[in-house]
Amino acid sequence: MSNKLISATNLKKSFDQFIAVDNIDLSVSRGEVVGFLGPNGAGKSTTMKMLTGFLEPDNGEIFINNINLKSDPLKAKEYIGYLPEGAPSYSDMIVADFLSFIGKMRGLHDNSLSNRLEEMANQINLKEMWDRPIETLSKGFKRRVGIAQALIHDPDILILDEPTDGLDPNQKHEMRNLIKRISTNKAIVISTHILEEVEAVCSRAVIISNGKLLANDTPKNLENEFLNKNTLSIKVSNKINNVISKEIKSLLKYDDVKIQKTDISTHTILVSDSKKNPNLNTVLKQINKLKLDVIEANFLKVSLEEIFRTITSENNSK
Amino acid sequence: MNNYLNKTYIILNRELKGYFRTPLASIFLLVFLGLSSGMTFFLGRFFERDQADLTAFFSWHPWIFLVLMPAIGMRLWAEERRSGTIELLITLPVTNTQLVIGKFLASWIFTLIALILTMPIWITVNYLGEPDNHVILISYFGSWLMAGAFLALTSCLSALTKNQVIAFIISSISGFVLIMAGFNLVLSAVRSWSPNWITETISSMSFLSHFSRVQMGVFDLSTLVFFISMIILCLWINVQLVQVKKAD
Repeated sequence: MSNKLISATNLKKSFDQFIAVDNIDLSVSRGEVVGFLGPNGAGKSTTMKMLTGFLEPDNGEIFINNINLKSDPLKAKEYIGYLPEGAPSYSDMIVADFLSFIGKMRGLHDNSLSNRLEEMANQINLKEMWDRPIETLSKGFKRRVGIAQALIHDPDILILDEPTDGLDPNQKHEMRNLIKRISTNKAIVISTHILEEVEAVCSRAVIISNGKLLANDTPKNLENEFLNKNTLSIKVSNKINNVISKEIKSLLKYDDVKIQKTDISTHTILVSDSKKNPNLNTVLKQINKLKLDVIEANFLKVSLEEIFRTITSENNSK
Repeated sequence: MNNYLNKTYIILNRELKGYFRTPLASIFLLVFLGLSSGMTFFLGRFFERDQADLTAFFSWHPWIFLVLMPAIGMRLWAEERRSGTIELLITLPVTNTQLVIGKFLASWIFTLIALILTMPIWITVNYLGEPDNHVILISYFGSWLMAGAFLALTSCLSALTKNQVIAFIISSISGFVLIMAGFNLVLSAVRSWSPNWITETISSMSFLSHFSRVQMGVFDLSTLVFFISMIILCLWINVQLVQVKKAD
């Protein structure tokens, strides 16, 4: 018995000649929020549709809370709450009726149903829209209704396909806070192509492109892994004129030394070399000789966005 | 089993209420009542015939259903696929068979409501004369069964497309073929060159042949089996189509 709430191995799905998902393995434990990153058409939604039982994989197995999704789909689906892409709902229904319908289909009734409906109204802030037809709601509220229907039965697993797509910055912030709030005792998978979202809410980032899983690690580890060790950045609180600049360049025995003005009183010295990685200690010792005041020294950080671009473009060029 | 029926009922209930959430239900009921009584009194010459029966009323039903049943059923699956709600439905802990049956029953019950609303004609004919109420009751039941077959056909075909208009057109055309199969014009054309059993088979597939017998008060087992098996076959294909076409 595994403690993974989602465990998928060798998932493969093709549509005619097009391979949408190619041998993906994925497992998610309770308490984890996994961010599914990838360009449009990378296979994120297809993978999610397989995890929720909407699509059957051509190959591979999916276990939901140790239940085989293929052999016992009805039991497995009970553990999942799913927000499909675009948060579809019955637009002619009022919010209360729609959530009540989904709740009943999820096996809630009488007291348990009315308690959960009340919790949803409060937790997801839907009270003021409770008796309104869904078609009259704003995009943000429609998305909340979508989240509420996914959460109505308090599932162990939550799969959200682009939950913040099309929302304004405030609504995005709210949605992320909500996901963080509910994430403690659930396994959550969210797909997105917004990298800040992964940094904001996810404990693990999974990068997928052309149906292949390219990276699967915490955002922090990914950043460390892709740390640009070729370029050393040293920030000093001195004004650097041409004379000092020349001295620095002659002292530092590296291919490429650039000096940039950061603001009025500080400058940044960027040191890189095509043959060897610059050594932090050596460079600092040399700079000390010039009596410069170092405020900050590190290898250049690479943003998740750059990592994403590097990984996915490498994969595309293959 | 209880849980199985319960989920089917929840689907049925949502669908049935769905008809009344929009003006669709009232428009449909008005058109149905208008058409059926208009045809009965004007085209069917209800009064001129001077007979205390409802033949003039029921004989138009296959033709009215040909247009109105696709209008009721066209949205059943096409709309779910267009709006993406099919993803919600299929990821719920429910089988495709429950979904198909629930939706079909809702549309069939809605048709039953429409038929019940025509009862004043039945009352009128009883006021004017002494009709054979047994025949009328059988005709009502036969008409509802035939409507079920039209609806099952429409439901099945609406799973083929995301476009309600296309669903409507292909359902009407298919329904037309099934009616015409029993028309004398078609049967005599076939009879002239084919063995008798082929003519019989075509005739036995026809909604019109079965319904004409029902209208005369003859409700034999073959008619019941025909309509019921037609419904079951269409719904079975419907389940398969939902499975195959859901992600298109």
